[in-house]
Amino acid sequence: MKTVFARTPSLKDCTTHYCPGCGHGIAHRLIAETIDELGIRGRTIGIAPVGCAVLMYDYIDVDMVEVAHGRPPAVATGMKRTNPDKIVFSYQGDGDLAAIGTAEIIHAAHRAEQITVIFINNAVFGMTGGQMAPTTILGQVTATTPQGRNRTGEGYPLQVSEIMALLPGAIYVERCALSGPAAVRNTKKAIKHAFELQVEGAEGLSLVEVLSPCPTYWRMPPAKAMEWIENEMTKVFPLGRLKG
Amino acid sequence: MIEKRHACNAASERVLMCGNEALAEAAILAGCDAYFGYPITPQNEITAYMSRRMPEEGRVFVQSESELAAINMVFGASATGKRTMTSSSSPGISLMQEGISYLAGAELPAVVVNVMRGGPGLGNIAPSQADYFQATRGGGHGDYRTIVLGPSTVQELVDCMSLAFDLADVYRMTVVVLADGILGQMMEPVVLEKKPRRKLPPKDWALTGAKEREQNIVRSLWLPEGRLEEHNRKLQAKYEQVQKNEVLCEQYELEDAEVVVVAYGVAARIVRSAVNRARQEGMPVGLIRPITLWPFPMEQISKAAEEFRLFLAVEMSSGQMVEDVQLAVAGKAPVLLHGRPGGGVPTVDEILDKIKQLTIPKNKRKMKS
Ligand SMILES: Cc1ncc(C[n+]2csc(CCOP(=O)(O)OP(=O)(O)O)c2C)c(N)n1
Repeated sequence: MKTVFARTPSLKDCTTHYCPGCGHGIAHRLIAETIDELGIRGRTIGIAPVGCAVLMYDYIDVDMVEVAHGRPPAVATGMKRTNPDKIVFSYQGDGDLAAIGTAEIIHAAHRAEQITVIFINNAVFGMTGGQMAPTTILGQVTATTPQGRNRTGEGYPLQVSEIMALLPGAIYVERCALSGPAAVRNTKKAIKHAFELQVEGAEGLSLVEVLSPCPTYWRMPPAKAMEWIENEMTKVFPLGRLKG
Repeated sequence: MIEKRHACNAASERVLMCGNEALAEAAILAGCDAYFGYPITPQNEITAYMSRRMPEEGRVFVQSESELAAINMVFGASATGKRTMTSSSSPGISLMQEGISYLAGAELPAVVVNVMRGGPGLGNIAPSQADYFQATRGGGHGDYRTIVLGPSTVQELVDCMSLAFDLADVYRMTVVVLADGILGQMMEPVVLEKKPRRKLPPKDWALTGAKEREQNIVRSLWLPEGRLEEHNRKLQAKYEQVQKNEVLCEQYELEDAEVVVVAYGVAARIVRSAVNRARQEGMPVGLIRPITLWPFPMEQISKAAEEFRLFLAVEMSSGQMVEDVQLAVAGKAPVLLHGRPGGGVPTVDEILDKIKQLTIPKNKRKMKS
């Protein structure tokens, strides 16, 4: 029998704790595949965020650390500066990166840290029960925007990639999505490129923003969540390469 | 100047340096691989000195965007097995407490220098000892401790640095070097030399890339029922070892003392002068000077409480260390406080007056019947 698809070795053979239809599992697989394809498992260090992906080290079989909420880019800085030969990546949600950790990501990029950031934008705080994130879109109902996000008082969705692309120290910024097979393939390409840049020693930070479904807190079935990314999220967060 | 200082290391000559620069050079001699920091007075000389010297040594210096970032950069470097430190002063150390708690949970070694200034809030930039509680009680959330060293001369500050890096590595803990604005700024002759390291455990837990081995994970989250309690018990057992093995304190002129002054850091220098003067005037006064503030010299003070009449804590705060003295004395003798908060520094005369109120000179004493 011919094998057409196999689990990549750096992805552990186990069941995750993620909800049905969650995007984290897909993003994990794409990262694990990238690490194996580039043959960098032996020199990769990953940083798990505080958020639904906090136990990421249970699923990806590389050296990993779990750090305080929002601080992965600072931790990555400490790691990469002292270990320039290692491949350092952080994996962060939109609460982690775009709310509590805004200073850390901006300044890591601003210093042109040679790290790779995978930014999972699911438009809510998943782990704490689906509250508003900076990336929640206008009108979106969350645990803390029961009437839907209102620009007055609750502000506009934060366009992280657009901001990052303005910083000279960010050398590659791309926004992609996990809304279907073609989108997932594009996301894989972007993640791989972001890692490749670090392997080549490119002088700056690369960030891949991934629009990722959260059916549980979007309160819709998984298939609908995929459609919601394509129909609603991408209007606010247009896909494509913003830089590099 | 720096080259010269360096050249004289081998010969162990005495050089005149301010505390901040001396401790920075001592950290380099102790093998600090990476320094991360954010400027704040009165410790700016450390950051500036490191920005020059670390690159010269081929090591890492990063001026971070905040103390939050600095302590997390320390966290990152430490997680890969490097010797690393940060320094700041009181307001910045408050910001670092989150990171210090995570370091404790993840059992990562780190050295944090706090050149204390007056508080609360922005306070002032005068010397202070008001961060004693924060340093000796952990400071951030959770049941944890940091080892706290309270040097009182620039030389001792220098010697504390190699000790701090060793203790951090041996126990996988944060070691806080608690100095103050005076010690940081004052110039004193010091000998800077490379000290032999203690026997250190291998850092087989470090994140170095899982090459031909299983993955290493550095974490502080323990969700399964009972697992975090188990982890905490392990931490406490480690802290007990520290308490058993690492207490440092100086006892000065304790013989026949009726009043024992307890003071640390710069306050202890002033007390020492007051004790000398008091002795000249015939007053039986001694000094116990904790060098490790955590672990606190409980036994030494408790033993002293069995022999001596009265304890006086002198500190540059409204009274923080005095609580540890009270715990150690455990009601066996009265414990009084002379505290100067908000950047106030006690004078020798002031302490002497206090001592006079508490003692009767030997020659004026009534003969016992
Ligand atoms: C200092 C601190 N504040 C708040 C929290 C609670 N908290 C945990 S995860 C989280 C938000 C996570 O959202 P996101 O980063 O979007 O990740 P997701 O769970 O959606 O994957 C918050 C607020 C915390 N752990 N630490």
